[in-house]
Amino acid sequence: MREPVTVSNESEAKSAAGAERYRVADHAPRRLADVLLRWESILVMLLIAVIIGNIVKSPYFLDPYNLADATYNFSEKAIIALVMALLILVREIDLSVAAIVALSALVVGFLGAAGYGPFVLIVAGIAIGGLCGAFNGFLVTRSGVPSIVITIGTMSLFRGLAQVSLGDQALTTYPQAFLDLGQTYFIDWPPVPLSFFIFLVLAAVFAVFLHLTATGRRLFAIGANPVAARFSGIRVDRIRFALFTLSGLLSGLGAVLLTARIGTMRPNIALGWELDIITVVILGGVAISGGIGTIGGVVLAVFVLGLTTFGLSLMNVPGIVINVLLGLLLIISIAAPILIRRVVRRH
Amino acid sequence: MSLFLKYREIMLGLIVLVMVTGISISTPAFGTLENGVGVLNDTAFLFMMALGQMVVILTRGIDLSVAANLALTGMLVGMLNQAFPDLPAIVYLASALVIGCGLGMINGSLIAYLGIPPIVVTLGTLAIFRGMIVVVAGGDQVNASEMSSTFAGFPKLEFLGLSSVFWIAVLVSLAAWFFLSMTRAGRGLYAVGGNPVAARYCGISLTHQELMAYAISGAIAGICGYLWVARYGVAYVEIASGYELTVIAACVIGGVSIGGGIGTVAGTLLGALFTGVIVNALPVMQVSPFWQMAISGVVILAAVIINARAEGRGGKLILPEARRAAARAKA
Repeated sequence: MREPVTVSNESEAKSAAGAERYRVADHAPRRLADVLLRWESILVMLLIAVIIGNIVKSPYFLDPYNLADATYNFSEKAIIALVMALLILVREIDLSVAAIVALSALVVGFLGAAGYGPFVLIVAGIAIGGLCGAFNGFLVTRSGVPSIVITIGTMSLFRGLAQVSLGDQALTTYPQAFLDLGQTYFIDWPPVPLSFFIFLVLAAVFAVFLHLTATGRRLFAIGANPVAARFSGIRVDRIRFALFTLSGLLSGLGAVLLTARIGTMRPNIALGWELDIITVVILGGVAISGGIGTIGGVVLAVFVLGLTTFGLSLMNVPGIVINVLLGLLLIISIAAPILIRRVVRRH
Repeated sequence: MSLFLKYREIMLGLIVLVMVTGISISTPAFGTLENGVGVLNDTAFLFMMALGQMVVILTRGIDLSVAANLALTGMLVGMLNQAFPDLPAIVYLASALVIGCGLGMINGSLIAYLGIPPIVVTLGTLAIFRGMIVVVAGGDQVNASEMSSTFAGFPKLEFLGLSSVFWIAVLVSLAAWFFLSMTRAGRGLYAVGGNPVAARYCGISLTHQELMAYAISGAIAGICGYLWVARYGVAYVEIASGYELTVIAACVIGGVSIGGGIGTVAGTLLGALFTGVIVNALPVMQVSPFWQMAISGVVILAAVIINARAEGRGGKLILPEARRAAARAKA
């Protein structure tokens, strides 16, 4: 049995200070303040504020084609964020997702250059991702080393392999039918790109799985207390392994969608995505110490971050400055409810 | 293996030694004194940064913002140099320490007083610090030609053939060793990481220990920020991008447990040296530098899996050993 102590759960050791955001109440919310301070409510208010702000600031924001194009920038990350949410929910983390994207995209690129059709490219990309994910899962469940450390290692390994195979070259030959997947709208009106469509479908599937099935409930049990979950007969390691494999599969899917969209592959593709994805999941209200979170929250966070970024770039704010604002958003949105609760409690 | 369990640092030292000897035999150019000095000078930054990171990891934390802190402090000190070119180098070094420490305290306050998980806070401040470089500098960079000679010359000073950056790393290592093994506050870090609840009952303040750990990590990142910018002669937004993970990897190779409470100065330095030797050996051996990332990935995985076994067995042995010791005492 692995030690239940990970980097992330020191909030348990503290006085209730930090843990309050993650408390599971044993009754429905009674007071208005309870409802308003629910994480999803805060996100909905944030989202409304972002949308109103954008409409006021830019006349181009509400254009359907603009909005559809905005989804390109976050759909692939959002797909991976869904499974990252499940991993963080069971107290794990996968820092190697972006490296898996690079390795899968490499294989897709080589097969594309070798003249294979779109079907082979898609299947191979997803399969390579799945293999990488299974490798992560194998190491984490067998070694008992915290997944943050294992996936720092495999992150280096996977991206390193991509660098070794490709050096400073790029792969740019893909069949047109493959590129069309990423560069045309999947539904013509209202315009919906394929990646966004897949994200919406997967979000629905993940929500049903997590919140309405027995296995979904088991994830919460593992996240709340892995040892107790194991003693309750839940196959903790098998579920961990499955989640890491799924994380790899969806990273492979992300790689397929990304290469189809940009039509080129370099070893530094998707660099730093892992941190963007984790930011979305945390902002979505998934407790980094495990056991609490909803798919609805993650989806809301995807839209808050995606539309904020899109709106700011419409206003010609440079990308790196947008990062400052997103970092502030992450910290303030988590710090503010803690501070508000402290003030409320005092009165 | 039993030797490995007791003296992990000695084993890691032997592995580094065997590696250096092997590379030197296959590629004589690597085994020269000159190249050895080069490796130490190049690895000096990693020595310091890994020690700062270790202090944080000991408390069960993690500081992902160190590289961004380094870059932001470097830019701020570079701009200070533009505004006041004639200050002595020690003033730049001191201001870098203060700025870096201040940035670290931001992390520390959010983590210690508000109880937000460290990975969340430092993920946020990573983005903020990086972005602030563009904001404060208005998108410009500070080039070598804009640096005064006192500012840029300091990291290139040499003593016994080794650069001042290396000697500062030596000072930092000695200070870290003294602090972690000889002072109450330093021992408190191990106590807090080993068992936060027990440490609290012993009267050790988790809040103060955490705040201190992130302040130290930030201060070291700040010092490195000045030295880095002055040594490589440029301050811009991408400096040391992604370096935080190299630093954490060096700690992990050096046997620092990500679960807190376990780690030594010697181990961490050896972990950093190991990384430094690989980085420097590949070009000398005419291996494509693109191999470096994949190799360090394999090394990290091997190191942590071996360390995990060592920790597991060490834990189980406590009771029988205590019993045997008690029996011996009776006899």
